[in-house]
Amino acid sequence: MIYFDNSATTHIYSEALETYQVVSNKYFGNPSSLHQLGESSSQLLTQSRNQIAEFFHVSSQEIFFTSGGTEGNNWAIKGTAFEKMTAGKHLITSAVEHPSVKKTFEQLENMGFETTYLSVDNQGRVNLEELAQSIRPDTSLVSIMAVNNEVGSVQPIEEIGKILQDYPQVHFHVDAVQVPGMVELDLSDNSRIDLATFSGHKFHGPRGIGFLYKNMNRRIQPLLTGGNQEKGQRSGTENVPAIAAMAKALRIRFDDADQKVKNIADLRETLRCQVDRYEHVKVFSPIQGAPHILCFGIAGIRGEVLVHALEEQDIYVSTTSACSSKKKTESSTLSAMKVDSRLSESAIRVSLSETNTLEEVDSFIQAFDEIYTDFQAVFKSKGD
Amino acid sequence: MSYSEIMIRYGELSTKGKNKKDFIRKLRSHVQSAISVFPKANVRSNHDRMYIELNGEDYEEVKEKLVNIFGIQSFSPVLQVDKNIEAIEQAVIQVVTELYTSGKTFKIGTRRADKDFPLDTMEINREVGAAVIQALPEIEAKMKNPDIMVNIEIRKQGVFLYTHKVQGAAGFPVGTGGKAMLMLSGGIDSPVAGYLTLKKGVEVEAVHFYSPPYTSPQALDKAKDLTAKLAKYAGSIHFISVPFTEIQEEIKNKTPDSYSMTLNRRFMMRITDRLREERNALAIVTGESIGQVASQTLESMAAINQVTESPVLRPLVSMDKTEIIDLAKKIDSYELSIQPYEDCCTVFAPQRPATKPDLDEVFRLEEKLDIDALVQRAIDGIKIEKIKVEDSTDYKVSEMFADLL
Repeated sequence: MIYFDNSATTHIYSEALETYQVVSNKYFGNPSSLHQLGESSSQLLTQSRNQIAEFFHVSSQEIFFTSGGTEGNNWAIKGTAFEKMTAGKHLITSAVEHPSVKKTFEQLENMGFETTYLSVDNQGRVNLEELAQSIRPDTSLVSIMAVNNEVGSVQPIEEIGKILQDYPQVHFHVDAVQVPGMVELDLSDNSRIDLATFSGHKFHGPRGIGFLYKNMNRRIQPLLTGGNQEKGQRSGTENVPAIAAMAKALRIRFDDADQKVKNIADLRETLRCQVDRYEHVKVFSPIQGAPHILCFGIAGIRGEVLVHALEEQDIYVSTTSACSSKKKTESSTLSAMKVDSRLSESAIRVSLSETNTLEEVDSFIQAFDEIYTDFQAVFKSKGD
Repeated sequence: MSYSEIMIRYGELSTKGKNKKDFIRKLRSHVQSAISVFPKANVRSNHDRMYIELNGEDYEEVKEKLVNIFGIQSFSPVLQVDKNIEAIEQAVIQVVTELYTSGKTFKIGTRRADKDFPLDTMEINREVGAAVIQALPEIEAKMKNPDIMVNIEIRKQGVFLYTHKVQGAAGFPVGTGGKAMLMLSGGIDSPVAGYLTLKKGVEVEAVHFYSPPYTSPQALDKAKDLTAKLAKYAGSIHFISVPFTEIQEEIKNKTPDSYSMTLNRRFMMRITDRLREERNALAIVTGESIGQVASQTLESMAAINQVTESPVLRPLVSMDKTEIIDLAKKIDSYELSIQPYEDCCTVFAPQRPATKPDLDEVFRLEEKLDIDALVQRAIDGIKIEKIKVEDSTDYKVSEMFADLL
């Protein structure tokens, strides 16, 4: 099996799974309980939080555990909108966000908020001037993803941060789900980022767990109220086994990260060069994109067809994103990049991880070549 | 950049005439034990500087240890270069280029201990300065308050460069000022009082009162963890835990609530004073600050203090709570202190403690108690342990979970 769908989800590290099991068996106490069993869980929770905070050079007070990317994005956006709604109800995001961001803004619009959607260029990147011009006195939030999940565009987060230096009232949220181990994202004191969303299963951790970075000088409203866990910001009994396993996964992910990311980028580059040679192949990902995502298609062949053809060879990829894969809608990122809808329907996404090898890339190319040749016959018969 | 040594400037002790030798010896032993985890590093000292030869050890890691040692005013990482003017110029250009941003000024200052070096101080300053300007034409030299100060020392053994100063912990080396007993509760104040006492070179032993089962094992652990925070500045600290349940129960049963706080504190003071005597300490240190709580009105302090003639040091006496909290955050004890475990000062705390206790009334009430026997039994039950940074729960927890995480 060749698994090239790592932006949809990753295969959990065996070490992280082991942590999950050991913690579930040995440290099953509720961290809020007073007895020793609860105390141990609480210590493990603290330790996990410290470890994660250290990796991002932030304070452990700034890490809040969530159920994953969707909750993190919902919380950061609605939490800001609700917190600051008396001061302003204008929000800014981009046209290429993940549905957990996009739909959240749509919901807020229905509630009376106003959203500006920034357009992107043919590389999928937002325009900084357009951003600067969109900011109003009543703007409370700018939410921009760091790495696009469909084509891998890397947004100019630092530059956006510089623009926002002049607007201290605006919260800056970054959907960083595709970031860990793949691109650099500075959350330290020098950074203007106030909120950043992370998800465990995108870096070989378990499902159903993630965390939100929140700068300690910023306030947002909680979405989940109750027993006041996570300093009252996110109630609900802490998922300690998943949290510890996620901390472990992050440690492994960041171990020798430079070498790993270089390997992944090399694989992507090999893939890109190889598929780009075919006459009818169109590569949608920008060359300067994230190291692990390559989006391309064979003109005239719907992405879905190519996904299934590859699957017959035991190779697993997605159409543009797992979330939209099962719906027959075209990629919203590609349409925002002004790719013709007939062409964008052909898109598939290959997403890599450190577990992938050059041999797998070679096998992929061999399989792709055969499939392409078969389709070519179809083209020709059509042309006749 | 790979530094060859660290140059340490002494703190206030520089002014301490005949005691200076003692001070340096103490400081040197503290530095040595703090960096004992770096086996290749070597310490040497003379009467105005101390040097750590790194011999390949990592400067940043050693630095983390040095910033907590009292008696160090400041220190600088030092670069060793070949003993010829070309090598010096090259190294200085590299150093200045790294520090330079548009608009910054610089100055070269040379000390030449080795008079055999072919150029004199002025010539070295001039040549090296000219080389820097040639490499960075925009940069300007400035004699007074330059942004980048490059110091060059020409010694017999080689040429040494340093630029920036790292602020040290200042104060006096711990142990040069005798020893005191620190009354350590679980609160915010007493660890800060301990820190300030250590800073003046006074060694402390921590005395903690606990009342099981009214106080939890976590409260005792917390006091030890606070001691471990202080151990960062002292190497290790003796932690003396005193069982206090019996005394508290006696007071609760035999005297009115309004005086229980005063009577409790008088017992704590008596016991601490006995321990002070037994352990050859000279004073008692508390975290009291005037007027913070009922026990800390001047009337209360006087009534409590009346049981001893030993000096009672109160480093926080005139500080505001916010100042104390800032210091607690600085020494990393704040988060720990605010964890909500009941300690024996809050157990049986009266609704309305007397803020102006009357001494005659105190004496009258104490007649109902067998003071000597109670004190003796508490002292018979003490436990003494030596606490180091590695003994903290934090440290042990991180060890315990090292495989899992």
